[in-house]
Amino acid sequence: MMQSVTCRKIKNHLMSGVMLACTLAVLIPLGLIFFHILKMGVSSLSLDFFTHVPAPTGEPGGGMANGMFGSALMIAGASLIGLPIGILGAIYLSEFGGSKVSTVIRFAADVLSGTPSIITGMVAYTLLVVPMKGFSGLAGSVALAMIMIPIVLRTTEEQLKMVPGSLREASLALGVPFWRTSLKVTLRSALSGVLTGILLAVARIAGETAPLLFTALGNQFWSKNVLQPMAALPLQIFSFAIAPYEDWHRLAWAGALVLVTVMFALSLTARYFGRMKQAG
Amino acid sequence: MNNKVKLEQVNIHFGRTHAVRDISMTFPENSVTAIIGPSGCGKSTLLRSMNRMHDLVASARVTGKILVDDGDIYEKGVDPVAIRRRVGMVFQKPNPFPAMSIYDNVIAGYKLNGRLPREEADEIVESCLKRVALWDEVKDRLKSSAMMLSGGQQQRLCIARTIAVKPEVILMDEPASALDPISTLKIEELIEELKERYTIIIVTHNMQQAARVSDYTAFLYMGDLVECGETKKIFTTPEEKRTEDYITGRFG
Repeated sequence: MMQSVTCRKIKNHLMSGVMLACTLAVLIPLGLIFFHILKMGVSSLSLDFFTHVPAPTGEPGGGMANGMFGSALMIAGASLIGLPIGILGAIYLSEFGGSKVSTVIRFAADVLSGTPSIITGMVAYTLLVVPMKGFSGLAGSVALAMIMIPIVLRTTEEQLKMVPGSLREASLALGVPFWRTSLKVTLRSALSGVLTGILLAVARIAGETAPLLFTALGNQFWSKNVLQPMAALPLQIFSFAIAPYEDWHRLAWAGALVLVTVMFALSLTARYFGRMKQAG
Repeated sequence: MNNKVKLEQVNIHFGRTHAVRDISMTFPENSVTAIIGPSGCGKSTLLRSMNRMHDLVASARVTGKILVDDGDIYEKGVDPVAIRRRVGMVFQKPNPFPAMSIYDNVIAGYKLNGRLPREEADEIVESCLKRVALWDEVKDRLKSSAMMLSGGQQQRLCIARTIAVKPEVILMDEPASALDPISTLKIEELIEELKERYTIIIVTHNMQQAARVSDYTAFLYMGDLVECGETKKIFTTPEEKRTEDYITGRFG
């Protein structure tokens, strides 16, 4: 049946072509976003952008220094809350769990990471902003931490599970208590993978805007007090982009470029750590 | 001779599986006892009960008495961590800590439990590596990763790590089965030397190895202890038909 062989080859090429086209289609939006942001952002980027706070309405110039500072501070705060909970929780799930409780926690974490981030913002609003009678960087950190925890929890758990049991046994057989084994052997062996997960979680929350709308609120001025409304880069991009001034639009583009670059760098670093693990 | 480890009617269950059935036997001090038997006969299971490694498996249940120096290690209130410091273990596959250097692997038992003064550490590393005949091979690269060593070297490193914490009993779970013949020979020579200081219990599926290294041999089959006694006697004039059949290669 020679004919069917030719027919099969044609089908094969056809399908390969379709799949290649689909792969390219995935890359097109990414390329467009990157190219456009680069084009619009680079021309607006200046030293002022990194050193100045936004200029008063109507005045030219200004930057987003306060937004970058606020973002960094709130991400640090979110990490301070989210990393211990996420990592220690993952150790529990992977090393001590195995019961019904762990299944429930795992499911809850998956639901939490699927929750729209605006809902997370509303929860933080109810929990912190309302009782404290004001928007604050702290509330922003808590909202971001809530997004971070399930990501860190699940990626860390997966990494810990990949650590061979023989290493745990080696440590235990030396008379090392189980909890020390978990921290110093199991977690240590999974470290590069865990770091990758952490960086990806940081990259994720760095770009979050919705949860900050009801919590950190944003600030036109320098805000270093975590109990006061605080500026954040994504928030500033949002409010500048919808403002009616051409000058502000340009700042928004510059902000977008900085944000995308930071996230790109984080992802690259995460990949680097991931590679390191494969290398041993 | 003094009996270092004594088993009294030991039964081990995993859920509904009865893996080790009513075994009573003794392990004399400063000698090598081999546990032989076909795969799945419960020999590793029995070995791992002697430093309470089964504590980690929720479905595992050990009953009966396991006495080390006449103290039951399964008695209430006995700390399994303290037991494991007295009863060390070497595993089938060499398992050095991959993130640690050769040096740190030797003193891992101390480092993971806290701190160790530098001078003392140097001393322990040198003496333990010398005792496993690894010192000359690695003394110039103590700080490099343990994963750089060959399988046989890794296994000797694991033995060095085990004796570094000064155990009284060393359990070996097929310590040479993943190694080439030359490395195996080195491990066997090492076992011969180590018995001067330690009581060694070794599980092996290699009968020649059991005959070469052990003073006493126990034959397990389907969770039962078929026969145990002096290695020479087990291998030349076994009392049980099943032992003879297994040793001569008629089954297993």
